[in-house]
Amino acid sequence: MKIKGLVKSMRYALIGGVLALLLPFSASHAEYGDVVINNYADAAGMRPVVFPHWYHRIRFRCKVCHADLGFAFKAGGNDITMEKIIDGQFCGACHNGEVAWSIENCGMCHSGIPNTPTQIHGSTVQRLVAPSYKSMNAK
Amino acid sequence: MKKSILVGVSLLVAALVSTPVVVMAADTDAVSSANSFNRLLQKPAEKNLPPAEDGIHDAENDNTYVLQPPKIAFDSLVRSDFGNYVDWIKSLREQKISPRNERMGGGEEPMIMDLDIVREVRGSMPDVIFPHKGHTEWLQCSNCHPDIFIPQQGANRMNMAGILLGQKCGVCHGKVSFPVVTTTCRLCHSQAKPEGWAPSKSSASVDNPWQ
Repeated sequence: MKIKGLVKSMRYALIGGVLALLLPFSASHAEYGDVVINNYADAAGMRPVVFPHWYHRIRFRCKVCHADLGFAFKAGGNDITMEKIIDGQFCGACHNGEVAWSIENCGMCHSGIPNTPTQIHGSTVQRLVAPSYKSMNAK
Repeated sequence: MKKSILVGVSLLVAALVSTPVVVMAADTDAVSSANSFNRLLQKPAEKNLPPAEDGIHDAENDNTYVLQPPKIAFDSLVRSDFGNYVDWIKSLREQKISPRNERMGGGEEPMIMDLDIVREVRGSMPDVIFPHKGHTEWLQCSNCHPDIFIPQQGANRMNMAGILLGQKCGVCHGKVSFPVVTTTCRLCHSQAKPEGWAPSKSSASVDNPWQ
């Protein structure tokens, strides 16, 4: 094996090492409000969708999607399918090559790590050290 | 190529195998890690990481690298200490961003309503002032009324436990709009109790026979 090969190997080792170091902390780095939607994606052999709220709220007020387009305030609660999107519903109202990239760019939305469950990243519920608190007045 | 990957992996394995020995040797002299500070608190090491490093986007996906890194987008906005580390209200008011009110832009101006609602808090926390102004800059009436909040005084019972779990204000706050953490309490709990207000004493203490 030549020196060139050895350098290449060391590069792979370095990349692997960096990834291994990042792994234990990986869950806590995404943007606040990033929504992972994995109702059907994994089961259909696609990566789950990552929806970045921050990117969209720079460009649109909340009411555009949450009133005009009818998105409910619930991660995974909108039953979005590709068929509805090509018919101009939900994401398809803009992601049609007019306002934003058209749907042949599958991997731009379907960009999540496989098997990531539906969630809102960084939400308060995720940050609670125990899952819930019951008030003494709770019935 | 294949050979170099193989050697790379073995180098990595060698490195990983050798490191714990060093760490363990150092740990034997140290205080037990079971008694460390902030045992349950995991703070992100860095803010606004690019998609490929954020632990949600797949670094194996080529498209991940085309997505805009948040840091670049946030550079010109007003920053804060929580959430996206962006003060969205100030960024909008200072016109650092100009979010559309209609899908295609243009259309009607948002109907901004400047009405504060004061909610008295039973415990010792300052009372809550709910500002319609900041909310109507982003939302329209039907987003909250009547499904989340009945537009009638005294009709909406709520508590922090419910809000933390996503009810009432928690439908947005703690998910997308500012998070519910210690540094944000006073953003809502912003009106001092009236002069002379004192917390009521628990009857378990008032009736305490040993006192």
